[in-house]
Amino acid sequence: MIWQLEFIILLLVVVCAFAALKVRDLLGAAVLFSIYSFLMCLLWAIMGAVDVAFTEASVGAGVSTVFFVAAVFRTTRRSRD
Amino acid sequence: MTTAGYINLIIAKYNYWIYIVLMCIGLWAMIAKRNLIKKIIGMNILQTAIILFYVSIATKKGATLPILGHHDAGHFVDYATVINPLPHVLMLTAIVVSVATLGVALALAMKIYNRYDTLEEDEIHARVRES
Repeated sequence: MIWQLEFIILLLVVVCAFAALKVRDLLGAAVLFSIYSFLMCLLWAIMGAVDVAFTEASVGAGVSTVFFVAAVFRTTRRSRD
Repeated sequence: MTTAGYINLIIAKYNYWIYIVLMCIGLWAMIAKRNLIKKIIGMNILQTAIILFYVSIATKKGATLPILGHHDAGHFVDYATVINPLPHVLMLTAIVVSVATLGVALALAMKIYNRYDTLEEDEIHARVRES
C-alpha cells in the first residue's frame, strides 16, 4: 500500500463528495457522484479488497449513475441548494 | 495524554479522520439539504464512508491478497501475510443493499415529483399544507 497515493485519493474523494452536494445542477451532481464512486473503487483496490472494488466499479459507478441520470431526466435538473 | 501524543493520534490515524469527515458530510446532506436528490446523494456518501471504514480495518501491513494457489491447498497458511477477507464479504452485501435502497429512494422521489411538481422539501411541505 502506497500511502501517498492513498492520501491523494482520499482528499479527492472528500472534494468530490463536497462538490457533488454543492453544485446546483443535478446532472452535474450525478456526474460528480459517479467520479466519487470510481475514486472509492480505486481506494478499495489499493487496500487489497479487489472483489469489493469491482463490485463498486460496476454497481456504484455504473448502475447508480444510470439511476441518477434517469431520475434527473424524468424530473428536473435545477436545484435551489 | 501529552500534546505530542494528541498530534500523533491525529497524524498517524489520518485515514480514520477522513472517514469521519465523509460520514459527517453525508449526515449533513441528509439533514440540511432541501433537495431530495441531494439527500439521496448524501445517504449514499454516508453508506460508502461506512463501507470504506470496514474495508480499511481489514488491511494489514505487508499483507497480500487473500487468494491461495494450488500449492497452498492443505498447507498451513500464515494469517499475518493475507488480508482479512471477512469484512470484504460483509461489505459486498452492503454495496448491493445500498444500490437497492438507492433505486427505491429515487423511485419515491420521482413519484413525489409527479404529484407535487417539485423536488424541494419546503415547497412540498407548503403544497401538502394547502391541499
